[in-house]
Amino acid sequence: MPNPIDAAARATPPTVARRIRGLSDRAIAWLFVAPTIFLLLAINIFPLIWTVRLSFTNYRANRPNEEVEWVGLRNYIRILTDDGIWANMQTTAHFLFWTLFFQVILGFALAWLINRKFKGNDLLTTLIVLPMMLSPAVVGNFWTFLYQPQIGLVNYTVELLTGTPANSFSMLGPGGYAPWSIIIVDTWMWTPFVMLICLAGLRSIPDYIYEAAEVDRASKWRQFWTITVPMVLPFLMLAVLFRGIENFKMFDMVVLLTGGGPGNETLLASIDLKREAFEKWRTGYSSAYAIILFVTVFGLASIYVKALNKVKER
Amino acid sequence: MSAYSITEPTRRSKLVAGVLVALYAFVTLLPLVWIISTGFKSGPDSISYPPKVVFEPSLEGYVNLFTTRTRVGAEEFENLPTAETWYDQIVRDQGMVIAGPSRFGERFLNSVIIGFGSTFLSIFLGTLAAYAFSRFKVPLKDDLLFFILSTRMMPPIAVAIPIFLMYRELGLSDTHLGMILLYTGVNISLAVWLLKGFIDEIPREYEEAALIDGYTRFQAFRKVVLPQAATGIASTAIFCLIFAWNEYAFAVLLTSGTAQTAPPFIPTIIGVGGQDWPAVAAGATIFLMPVMIFTILLRKHLLRGITFGAVRK
Repeated sequence: MPNPIDAAARATPPTVARRIRGLSDRAIAWLFVAPTIFLLLAINIFPLIWTVRLSFTNYRANRPNEEVEWVGLRNYIRILTDDGIWANMQTTAHFLFWTLFFQVILGFALAWLINRKFKGNDLLTTLIVLPMMLSPAVVGNFWTFLYQPQIGLVNYTVELLTGTPANSFSMLGPGGYAPWSIIIVDTWMWTPFVMLICLAGLRSIPDYIYEAAEVDRASKWRQFWTITVPMVLPFLMLAVLFRGIENFKMFDMVVLLTGGGPGNETLLASIDLKREAFEKWRTGYSSAYAIILFVTVFGLASIYVKALNKVKER
Repeated sequence: MSAYSITEPTRRSKLVAGVLVALYAFVTLLPLVWIISTGFKSGPDSISYPPKVVFEPSLEGYVNLFTTRTRVGAEEFENLPTAETWYDQIVRDQGMVIAGPSRFGERFLNSVIIGFGSTFLSIFLGTLAAYAFSRFKVPLKDDLLFFILSTRMMPPIAVAIPIFLMYRELGLSDTHLGMILLYTGVNISLAVWLLKGFIDEIPREYEEAALIDGYTRFQAFRKVVLPQAATGIASTAIFCLIFAWNEYAFAVLLTSGTAQTAPPFIPTIIGVGGQDWPAVAAGATIFLMPVMIFTILLRKHLLRGITFGAVRK
C-alpha cells in the first residue's frame, strides 16, 4: 500500500514545494511593490485629488482659519475668461514653438554630423551634453550675468561681431529681446537632448538599407529624404514630446533669468501660477489654474502620442 | 564593420563634420568656461569692460562664498592687527573684515543629505518594485510608463500647492525628511521603470537555477539578481541624484531655512551693490562640478535615463 503522504509529495509541483521554504511569489510581489505604491499614492495621486477639490473653493492658504466656501465652477470660468491668462498662454506657446523649432533643427543637424564617426566624436558628444545635466536654476541665474547690458559676454560678443555697441541694447530689459533671450538659454541647454535621441535614431538604421539604395543609384539627397528622415522621425517626435512637456511647465530657468519680466513679456504660465499660488495666495483659484494646465498638457500629449504611434507603425 | 563600405563617409565629409561639431562644442561650452573662470576673478575684474579673458587669478570669490563680511570705520580699519590667515588678507584687501562663516556650507550639506537620502530611498524601494514588475504578474504593470509620463505633466507649482498644505499639517515643512520623501515620490516612478528595463535584461534562467539549488526567492533576488543589476542600479541612482540635486521649484517653495538646498541659495548671494558674481560663480562651480563628473561617468546610459527608458542603445 503506498503511503498517501508520499504520493501527495510526488504530485506537488515544484513551485508549491518552493513556497513552503520561503514566502510565496505572490506575497513577495506584494511586499516588494507595496511601499512604492504607497509613496506614489501619497506624493502623486493624493495631492492631485486634493488640488481638484481645492479648485472648487475660495480657500486661501495664508488664512487657514477663514471659512472655506464652495464656489462651484467660478474659478474655472474666471480663468478661462481672463485676458491676462490667455496672454500668458500665448507667451508659453511662443516659447514652446521656437525652443522646439531650434532644438529640432540644431539637434538633428548635430546628430547627423556626429554620425559621420569622425575621430574624437565620443569626446565631443560628452562635452556637448554637459549643459543639459546642470541645475537650470543655477545656470539661469548665471546667464543673467552673461546678459548684462554693459559688461556681459553676450553683448560684448555681439559688439565684436556686428559692431552694435554693447551698451545700446539689453537682452533682458525692455526692447523686446527678453522672450528671445530665454529661448536662447533653453536651446543652449536642451539641444543636446534632441541630439542624443536623434543620434540613437540614426544609429538604428542598418547599413544595408543605404547599400541597397546605393546599388539602385539613388542620389545622396534622395537617400536622405527617403531613408534617413523617415527612419529618424519617430525618435525625433519622441524628443519633441519630452521637450514639449518639459517646456510647457518651464519654471526654474526662466524665473531666475527674467522672473517673468520685463513687464509680462516672459510671463510663462508656470511663473504666473506661482505668483497666484504663493505670492497672492489665491489657493483655490490657482488650483483650478493648475488643473487647467494639467488637462491641457495631458490632452495635447495624448493626441500627440496617438500620432507618434501611427508614425511608428508605418 | 568591413574595411571598405560604400556607406562609410568620405574623409572630407568626416573632416567637415568634425570641424563643425567642434565649433558648436566651443560655443556651447563658453558659458561654462565663463562660470568657472569668473569664480577665480577679483570683483573688479569680473565686471570690467571689455570682459577679461586673461586675468590675475584670485580666490576672492571662494573666500566671499564661504564668509560674511562687514565694513568697519576707516580709523578702526587702520588699527586692526595684521591679518592672520591668507583668507583674512583677501577680505582685508577688499576693505572689509570677516564677520563669520556664510550659510553656503550648510546649504551645500543640505543638498548632499537630501540628494543622497532620496536617492537611497528611491533605489531601495525602486529595485524591489522593479523586480516584482519584471518577474511577477502585477496589476497595472502596463500602465506604468504612461503613469510616469503623466506625473511629469503636472507643473511643479501645481504639485507644490497640496504638498505645501499637507506638509504644514504634518509638520514636514522645511525639514530634511519632508524633502527626501517628496523627491523620492517624484523620482520613484522613473527609478522603477529604468530598473525594470535593466532587470528585464537579466536572463530568468539564472534565478531558476538558483531556486532549484534550494535558494528561496528572496535569496535568489539578493545573491543572483542584485549583483547582475549593479551597473543598472548605479546609473539609475545617478539619475535620481542629479534630479534631486538640480531641483529648484519645490526647494524654493517648501524650504526656507533649515532644509534649504543650494539651488535656491546660490542666486541670493549678494555683495556690495548687486550680486557678488565671483562668489556666485564659485558657488555654481562647486555645485555643478559633481554633476559634470557624473555625466562623464554615465555617458553610456545617458540616453536611457533622459528618455525614461523609452530609447535604449
